[in-house]
Amino acid sequence: MYELIGVTKQYRRGRTRVDALAGVDLAIGQGDRLVIQGPTGGGKSTLLQMLGGLDRPTSGSVLLDGTDLAKLSERRLTAVRGQNIGFVFQSFNLIPTLTALENVETALVPLGVKTADRRDRAAEALDSVGLVERLGHLPSELSGGQQQRVAIARALVKRPKVLLADEPTGNLDESMRDEIVDLLEGLCEEHGLTFVMVTHDSAVARRAPRLATIRKGRITVKENRPVG
Amino acid sequence: MFFTYLRRELRRRRKAALVVASGLALGIALVIVVNSVSSGMKVAQGKVLESLYGLGTDLTVTKARDQLQEGARPQRPRFAFEGQEEGEEKQSSDRLMVQGFETLADSTVATVAKQQGVDRAVGGLSLVNLKIDGEFTRGRIQRGEQQPGQPGQPAQPGEATGGGPGGPGDTVTGGGAAFDVNSFTLYGTDVTAPDLGPLTTSTVSTGRTFETTETDAKVVVLDSAYARQEGLTVGGKLTVKGVSFEIIGIVTADSGQSAAQVYLPLKQAQTLSASTGKITTIYVKATDSTKIEAVKTAIQKNVTGTTVTTSADLAQTVSGSLDTAANLASTMGKWLSYAVLLAAVLVAGLLTSSAVGRRVREFGTLKALGWTSGRVTRQVVGEALVNGVVGGALGIAAGLAGAYAVTAVSPNLTAELGASVGGFGGRGGGGMVFGGAAVGPGGARTAVGKTIDIALTAPVGLATVGLAVLLALGGGLVAGGFGAWRASRLRPADALRRVE
Ligand SMILES: Nc1ncnc2c1ncn2[C@@H]1O[C@H](COP(=O)(O)OP(=O)(O)OP(=O)(O)O)[C@@H](O)[C@H]1O
Ligand SMILES: [Mg+2]
Repeated sequence: MYELIGVTKQYRRGRTRVDALAGVDLAIGQGDRLVIQGPTGGGKSTLLQMLGGLDRPTSGSVLLDGTDLAKLSERRLTAVRGQNIGFVFQSFNLIPTLTALENVETALVPLGVKTADRRDRAAEALDSVGLVERLGHLPSELSGGQQQRVAIARALVKRPKVLLADEPTGNLDESMRDEIVDLLEGLCEEHGLTFVMVTHDSAVARRAPRLATIRKGRITVKENRPVG
Repeated sequence: MFFTYLRRELRRRRKAALVVASGLALGIALVIVVNSVSSGMKVAQGKVLESLYGLGTDLTVTKARDQLQEGARPQRPRFAFEGQEEGEEKQSSDRLMVQGFETLADSTVATVAKQQGVDRAVGGLSLVNLKIDGEFTRGRIQRGEQQPGQPGQPAQPGEATGGGPGGPGDTVTGGGAAFDVNSFTLYGTDVTAPDLGPLTTSTVSTGRTFETTETDAKVVVLDSAYARQEGLTVGGKLTVKGVSFEIIGIVTADSGQSAAQVYLPLKQAQTLSASTGKITTIYVKATDSTKIEAVKTAIQKNVTGTTVTTSADLAQTVSGSLDTAANLASTMGKWLSYAVLLAAVLVAGLLTSSAVGRRVREFGTLKALGWTSGRVTRQVVGEALVNGVVGGALGIAAGLAGAYAVTAVSPNLTAELGASVGGFGGRGGGGMVFGGAAVGPGGARTAVGKTIDIALTAPVGLATVGLAVLLALGGGLVAGGFGAWRASRLRPADALRRVE
């Protein structure tokens, strides 16, 4: 599915240069589940941006099914994001003025899905995250956990190949975390998605079949034998 | 999705949208008010000129004045009470003079009419009747400096000052005299051309106007103000220089300012004033009102000894609060309103741009979801356009309200005509040749200022509203442009930005 070869990313801020990624090689297979951990500022989010085509590496290649995202035009990259990649963010990133249903619909807009069809699919996606009776609610009228469920529905409604989640439970309280992680893992398994998640939750990390750790832009991957 | 998103944004961020819209509204309202007031000024100026020229007159032709010789004195009326001995006598004199003393042969009308670009030309004769009744001890009027005066003011015995209109500076020397001076102005009109000339700006209030066949009839039409002052009515008689005329109608000047007090057929006017075949003014209608200057040049070249005056020439002699206000409206007001509009558009642009700044993560997220830059930009521009439309609607409403308020209040403006030209014996007093009513015995040579009060209105034309709509849309687009520029530069990675 993914093959990263010598990926570096440098950010320049004035005179100082930050090496967010300092040569990352990584392979992720179809349907794999990868959990990424690491200290703050290590480059986790940066790596996720490379995987999701949100940004281009300074050097190296990011191959997604053989296509190098680093070499795609902005237009093609946008299309790849629209079709193949689902994102779940730490702070949900719902459009505050749109209802839950409309928020989910926004993911289908780039695919040119017809209005009625779009609505049905969005409602279906919200049903799959257990929010069918909240379609008309605004984000501000939903709890954090519910907002993240809407965001998950939005990420999955277009049936992407990959789901990328950057600390999806970071803004949620304890009781909600397991629920959301379980939901994500369950849905990915159900749809056979490749799933990459950044988390600080060590319990979640311990459960992961593959665990990557990023420190100062360098990655180490460990195959986990899940305990119990 | 475009409209859903747009609607939701505007509804839920109503206050921010209203701030932007009302800024634009203020600018647009100002543009409308200033534009309509300045077109009101133009209407007012048009009325002033019309009151002098008559409807449809594009230019007038008068005799060119000869340069006065050094030390020469211009022609003046003299009242010679002939055959009277020295001593106290009751005397009366009735003099009918050509206004300005300058005449053209009435054949000139045909010559002028033949010029290229001339549609029609009609001649007229302006006269002043001066009647003096009184007791004299061999009095002689010494003409003084020109000043407009009140007609019919009884003079003081002894050194009598005051008297005829246009001559309060006149003095009577040489003994005691007590007399009344009465004057009125007459206009000999070409009754065969009822739709050209000064009478066209008057409306018949009672009776009728001239028949086209009454070329030499002993009939007169009176201006309503004069008729009221003299207590004359339709069916009555008016005696001019011993000739009795039947009053057939009373007319009211549309602008409140009549060209003459008494109108009579041209031929009668010529006979009475012993100026057969003479006229004072030719009123010319051009075939194309945009080519008036060319017609003026043609007449001046081909009809020698004439002065041609266009309404543009005349407009330059208009002063007073109307002129001041018109200048103000067309310069200051326009600049001010456009400056305010420009500021409003800039503020709207900055507000739109800062709104995009606050929504960096929102737009970044949409881009991360696969929305193209174009789609995000369109959304931003759409919102700004709606703000522009709302601002335009508010602005048009406020502008119309403002314009109607001006029309409702109708502040009075005064226009002074010819006051700045035509000094004693000077040249270029074209304005006064049409000056009419208030021209005293000094005739056109005296600089008589004619003051007209005009109520200011602020008519809102469709063009103004159209302009406002365009400005609103333009303002919205410019504001949207600011936001769009910023939105298009957002990176999808901004979706991951932590701070709002
Ligand atoms: N847009 C940017 N401009 C400049 N420097 C950046 C930018 N984004 C990230 N960095 C820097 O790159 C490094 C890696 O950042 P990144 O966000 O990937 O860390 P992280 O592992 O996700 O940290 P956290 O756990 O706090 O989310 C950091 O030092 C950060 O300051
Ligand atoms: Mg991060």
